[in-house]
Amino acid sequence: MLRIPCPWCGDRDEVEFAYGGEADLAYPGDPAALTDEEWAAYLFFRDNPKGLLRERWVHAHGCRRWFELERDTVTHAIHVRGR
Amino acid sequence: MTEPHPRFLWRNPEPKSRYEVVIVGGGGHGLATAYYLAKEHGITDVAVLERSYLAGGNITRNTTIIRSNYLWDESAAIYEHALRLWEGLEEELDYDLLFSQRGVLNLAHTLQDVRDGVRRVCANRLNGIDAEWLEPAEVAEVCPVLNVSPDVRYPVLGATFQPRGGIARHEHVAWGYARAADALGVDLVQGCEVTGIELAAGRAVAVETTRGRIAAGRIGLVAAGHSSVLAAMAGLRLPVQSHPLQALVSELYDQVLDTVVMSNAVHVYVSQAHKGELVLGAGIDAYLSYAQRGSFHVIERQLQAALELFPIFARARVLRTWAGTVDVCPDASPIVGPTPVEGLFVNCGWGTGGFKATPASGFAFAWTLAHGEPHELNRPFSLERFATGALIDEHGAAAVAH
Repeated sequence: MLRIPCPWCGDRDEVEFAYGGEADLAYPGDPAALTDEEWAAYLFFRDNPKGLLRERWVHAHGCRRWFELERDTVTHAIHVRGR
Repeated sequence: MTEPHPRFLWRNPEPKSRYEVVIVGGGGHGLATAYYLAKEHGITDVAVLERSYLAGGNITRNTTIIRSNYLWDESAAIYEHALRLWEGLEEELDYDLLFSQRGVLNLAHTLQDVRDGVRRVCANRLNGIDAEWLEPAEVAEVCPVLNVSPDVRYPVLGATFQPRGGIARHEHVAWGYARAADALGVDLVQGCEVTGIELAAGRAVAVETTRGRIAAGRIGLVAAGHSSVLAAMAGLRLPVQSHPLQALVSELYDQVLDTVVMSNAVHVYVSQAHKGELVLGAGIDAYLSYAQRGSFHVIERQLQAALELFPIFARARVLRTWAGTVDVCPDASPIVGPTPVEGLFVNCGWGTGGFKATPASGFAFAWTLAHGEPHELNRPFSLERFATGALIDEHGAAAVAH
């Protein structure tokens, strides 16, 4: 089980959290202008790196706040903590 | 009875500098692809490149369940094609796969489960697939050790049943395909990791490997959890995400379970191997990972669900747990076909359910590599469907929550 550093509550067990996937995804600024391919990219295509991934978690069974961190998808080591 | 040691089932050749077709990934789907290329299309100038050893990935990490009871016509066609190939595969490969059509139950625990199950049975029957709806008392007849009493948290309200479904010994499947492909002249090259894909005028023409450059007329990526990594070498992005999928076996017990039991709602799937281990699978771990391991709470929850369904297992001991790296698509269906890069083809996204599809996946992908365009079976499973919107949503039939 992962020990996940909530920026507000400290290190807690993974079971207290829910996963939010890749970080830094912005809703399209002008949705009506997107092509089908651009919609597909926004909806279905995500980074899937073997290595460092910037991702979102929510402390669902704690403070209920969202945050981001950088985790290695091979070692599961969490490298960068952040809000 | 003695079996030949697997090491002697195929040659271990040095890779040549060029092949007509290079298949990247020596798992079940890659080996099956190579076999059908040689057998059905007479294309034997083929190499299967495996970075580790043959059949060390998901082909030997799954829970070996075989069924074809998917909802949509496109899925029913390809999975049923696979099941029909399974039914003749031991003879075709002349190899004992311990293929056992012991039936597969998919349990319903809520009114919505019941409605979805009945709908899927109707859809299956329209597609010529053997499917039945069973009431709880009938479920108990098929599987007496299953607790169908109403006094549990999620009572069994019924189940779909596919009598032709079952299990097979997964490593034998890989070895059977490997041996047959090798005998037809395919080079199975182990310890050969692809580190780059060479493009010339927008066309994929060769792979760089840890054993040198290998040119290819056509390249097929069949690398499951590592598909994104390989595709990126050609500047291609795939809508798949790699997750751990865990499973476990118990110590050996007398035979008590002669069918396969799956439950979406409480989330476990169970069968008993010929040797006697109870084989249990769970849902994927939520996070992305290439580690081939997951978190222990997933195992705990899977066993909680199993014990509610099977009180008889309460004192069984876990022998071993493990994980594979599965490539999950947004619609729980695979991607099998050409890519925007000429000469480069993908067979990926089988996610949590690829084992059962192995023969049809190899059959259709071999056709695709031979002709340069998809077979009717895999035409709907294109990369373009994510832009056109023609998704094939099989989350209900996939049985493993994503």
